[in-house]
Amino acid sequence: MDPMNIAAATDESLAEISNYLVYSAMAVYVLAFCAHIAEWVLGGRSKVARTAAALTPGAKQERPSDASAAPPVAVRQGGSTGVLERPHVVTRSSAGRRGDLPDGPGAAGGDEKGDLYGRMAISLTVLAFALHAGGVLTRALSVGRAPWANMYEFSTTFSMVIVGAYLGFLLAKKDIRWIGLPLVTTVLLDLGLATTWLYTESDQLVPALHSYWLWIHVSLAIVCGALFYLGFVASALYLFRDRYETKLLGGGEPGAFATSVLERLPSSSSLDKFAYRVNAAVFPFWTFTIVAGAIWAGDAWGRYWGWDPKEVWSFITWVAYACYLHARATAGWKGRKAAYLALFAFACFLFNYYGVNVFFSGKHSYAGL
Amino acid sequence: MTDDTTTGQKPASGPEGALATDEPELGAAMAQLSTAPVEDRGQAVQGSFGGVRAPGVKGGAAWTGREVLGWARWFWRQLTSMRVALILLFLLSLAAIPGSVIPQSGVDPTAVQDLRAQNPTLGEVYDALQLFDVYSSVWFSAIYILLFVSLIGCIVPRTWQFTGQLRARPPRAPRRLDRMPAFTTWRTDASPEDVRDAARKLMRGKRYRVATDDGAVPAVASEKGYLREAGNLLFHIALIVLLVAFAAGQLFRAEGGTLVTVGGSFSNTLSQYDDFSPGSLFTPDDLEDFSFRLKDFESSYEESGPNRGSVRTARAEVAYRTAPGGVEQQTTIEVNEPLEIGNTKVYLLANGYAPVVSFTDASGNVAYRGPVPFLPQDTNLTSSGVVKVPDALNEKGEREQFGFQGFFVPTFGGADSGSMFSRWPEPRYPVMFLTGYHGDLGVDAGIAQNVYQLDTDNMKQFKDEDGSPFAKKLLPGESMELPDGNGTLKFEGVKRWANFQVAHQVGSGWALAGALAAIAGLAGSLFIQRRRMWVRAVAGPDGTTTVEMAGLGRSESPRLPEELGELAYALQSKAPPSAPADAPTESGAEAGGAPETPSRGDRPWTR
Ligand code: HEM
Repeated sequence: MDPMNIAAATDESLAEISNYLVYSAMAVYVLAFCAHIAEWVLGGRSKVARTAAALTPGAKQERPSDASAAPPVAVRQGGSTGVLERPHVVTRSSAGRRGDLPDGPGAAGGDEKGDLYGRMAISLTVLAFALHAGGVLTRALSVGRAPWANMYEFSTTFSMVIVGAYLGFLLAKKDIRWIGLPLVTTVLLDLGLATTWLYTESDQLVPALHSYWLWIHVSLAIVCGALFYLGFVASALYLFRDRYETKLLGGGEPGAFATSVLERLPSSSSLDKFAYRVNAAVFPFWTFTIVAGAIWAGDAWGRYWGWDPKEVWSFITWVAYACYLHARATAGWKGRKAAYLALFAFACFLFNYYGVNVFFSGKHSYAGL
Repeated sequence: MTDDTTTGQKPASGPEGALATDEPELGAAMAQLSTAPVEDRGQAVQGSFGGVRAPGVKGGAAWTGREVLGWARWFWRQLTSMRVALILLFLLSLAAIPGSVIPQSGVDPTAVQDLRAQNPTLGEVYDALQLFDVYSSVWFSAIYILLFVSLIGCIVPRTWQFTGQLRARPPRAPRRLDRMPAFTTWRTDASPEDVRDAARKLMRGKRYRVATDDGAVPAVASEKGYLREAGNLLFHIALIVLLVAFAAGQLFRAEGGTLVTVGGSFSNTLSQYDDFSPGSLFTPDDLEDFSFRLKDFESSYEESGPNRGSVRTARAEVAYRTAPGGVEQQTTIEVNEPLEIGNTKVYLLANGYAPVVSFTDASGNVAYRGPVPFLPQDTNLTSSGVVKVPDALNEKGEREQFGFQGFFVPTFGGADSGSMFSRWPEPRYPVMFLTGYHGDLGVDAGIAQNVYQLDTDNMKQFKDEDGSPFAKKLLPGESMELPDGNGTLKFEGVKRWANFQVAHQVGSGWALAGALAAIAGLAGSLFIQRRRMWVRAVAGPDGTTTVEMAGLGRSESPRLPEELGELAYALQSKAPPSAPADAPTESGAEAGGAPETPSRGDRPWTR
């Protein structure tokens, strides 16, 4: 056997290992999914209707004025090593009638067993992530390049980054456990799609993809997509939760299921803020992704912008997110309307990825199915 | 993290709204904290702007004038409002969609032709609606031109306002600092003057703009984060630069293709292009004066694996001159690495084979000799092409034209099946298969002709003795003799050719600069928080000084209280608290970690 063949053989076995790792990750994600379901089911046993309590007619009467009368909350400034005590800072929210609604208790709803399952789900997600990342890494090694040159690789990397971002937020002690179930579900769907319909044997790149811009442009696109996804889930849940709160505020009585589930989510204003912060933070990076793509196109195809379907949809996605950010700054468009724009924008992003590759042929068609 | 433009479910719930309704004074503290227009919430109605109409012609004229002006002003105000900007932006994203669904003549002209041929009615409808040229259509242009007029109409007053803000002092401290979004207080033995001095120094050190507020109760007012607004303005201005650069690029651009055989050369004049498409304001004088020679072409292919045979590397070795008679320089052109000369870039697009043939006519003259580029039909470079011999003598000694049509394969793979196809893109077993014609090539008619096609309308195909079409398979070095001694075509060898796209582009530097400035501006606009901090120190009856510090941001952000805490902590080193117990509401928070009542709004981030 000549050296080249040996190298090819190890590459193939690496690619095989990668497939096994991805399948194992899927199996563990399924377990995490079940644990999340258990968490939600068990959490349904506790019936703390905090939102309703906060919005009872009595409380509502006070609300307009209590933005100022509400008891001040002290935020401790921790981490002091000086001799002085850190000063206490009193914060006052001015977010209006519903800005002071408490966040829900999370999927476990304060139920101990539910919480246990929730923690199990997260541990399983960490394990699955490790397998998943291993799968992506071995795939990258087997092809000797960045693992995102076709839809299979893009999909597996994409969901890996989604999970990574989620775990990163958890690690930074941000309260985003509420996103666990939708996230694991999406990741399973994405991996299922990747391994069945989108699977492509590991292979080298066509020359047009040989460029360091591939690393910059595509990796940024993946990271932006993953974070936009988190924002998207928050916006979608915001819409449900907001309707729920509006109903309560109007004295209505939401169904038992809605109450049980929505009660445990963060308040609409928390969800909305989360969505905004994520989307706004990603937007400059998404802009740069497009610019990087344009630079690359300028080197590869002789024009930096040519209205290729992929370019068109990147542009549409960009304008849609710009629209969302504008909407947030315009009085009459805040809240639900802005959230709809955020959903539209993310739909554009998804379509740009799946739809454009499937329905249109353009210069980006290397991503072959 | 990014700073946050309030959650606001209902219109009046923004910080401006809430605070302004809370207490007018807080509205003043908030004043001029941004240049974003305060949206008119429906109170601006159209209607008669002319006012009372005085009798008589003069009165009528005056009224009409006022009416027109009023409407113009109303229209302008609408156009430059945030709401209309938002709607136009949304329309722009929707209007871009058809261009990705319907083939565009600028992107894929063949698909447009196919659609027109298959469905003429639909084609006509599309034509009427300019749907084959969405991005240069009247309606698409209308949207973005309106948007950019709106943008300019928005930027100019905002820039004006912002320069005013830059010159203005931070507003004086609100009467009740404890009503600000972030507040802290303590008592100290330092004198009020010392505290204020220390505060001023501290704020200046932190690059705040500081003003002394000599109101009834003196205070230090400070403000920071002007870069947010500057960034926002920069972003919107950069968008204009980007658009202008893009438009100029479209108007003055030109691109063309040229096919060069190894050993051949190209010089940048119109006549040397195989095809050329200029933008509407391009003139041939804009063509850069350069030339290049294709010295060699190399390519390599995947030897194994599922994509066996696909191109791995493709490299053209060229020698070029940037001016006639200039020094010849050497370089290579690869797929992602064009040759750049001034505003022009030369890209490598495709490559193929050019069999070298010679034709010796009946009189023994070499009537034609040279490489003839054949065009690839598949990834293994099965190629088809024609050889045209416009001037030769036939067996009767008359002038006649000859044409050959056929295939070339670098690695012959059809030995068993009888068909011609290539099994490998490299020349491992090159074979050419040709059939011959004689008659009139049609090249003299003065009509531009496709050099890769043979117009056989006025030509006759040579026949074998048995009447079947004359055709022959040739290996390099072999010849085919036409029937009846009409001449001999010899397959002498093979050369590579490369197809280059020469793109003349202007404004791409400006577009890039605009794009990068836009990103920088965006980052400033989204990551920087504009905020105000006030410090007030008042001597109390017991001889101690009460220090009050408050912060206000344009939007609610968890970083504001953090920053206030840091500042207060720093200030306390100059004005140490005399009695630590004086801090507000320390009881609950200190004891139990997470407070009972969640701190509203900023939960997910401060937990
Ligand atoms: C080409 C179209 C436009 C795009 C892509 C665009 C994009 C954006 C983006 C992404 C932001 C968010 C940045 C931030 O929040 O600081 C923003 C903010 C803003 N835009 Fe635009 N914009 C466009 C046109 C306009 C026009 C026509 C106007 C005026 C009528 C305008 C006025 C503003 C204002 C006032 C803000 C700041 C809002 C705030 O400070 O909260 N923009 N724009």
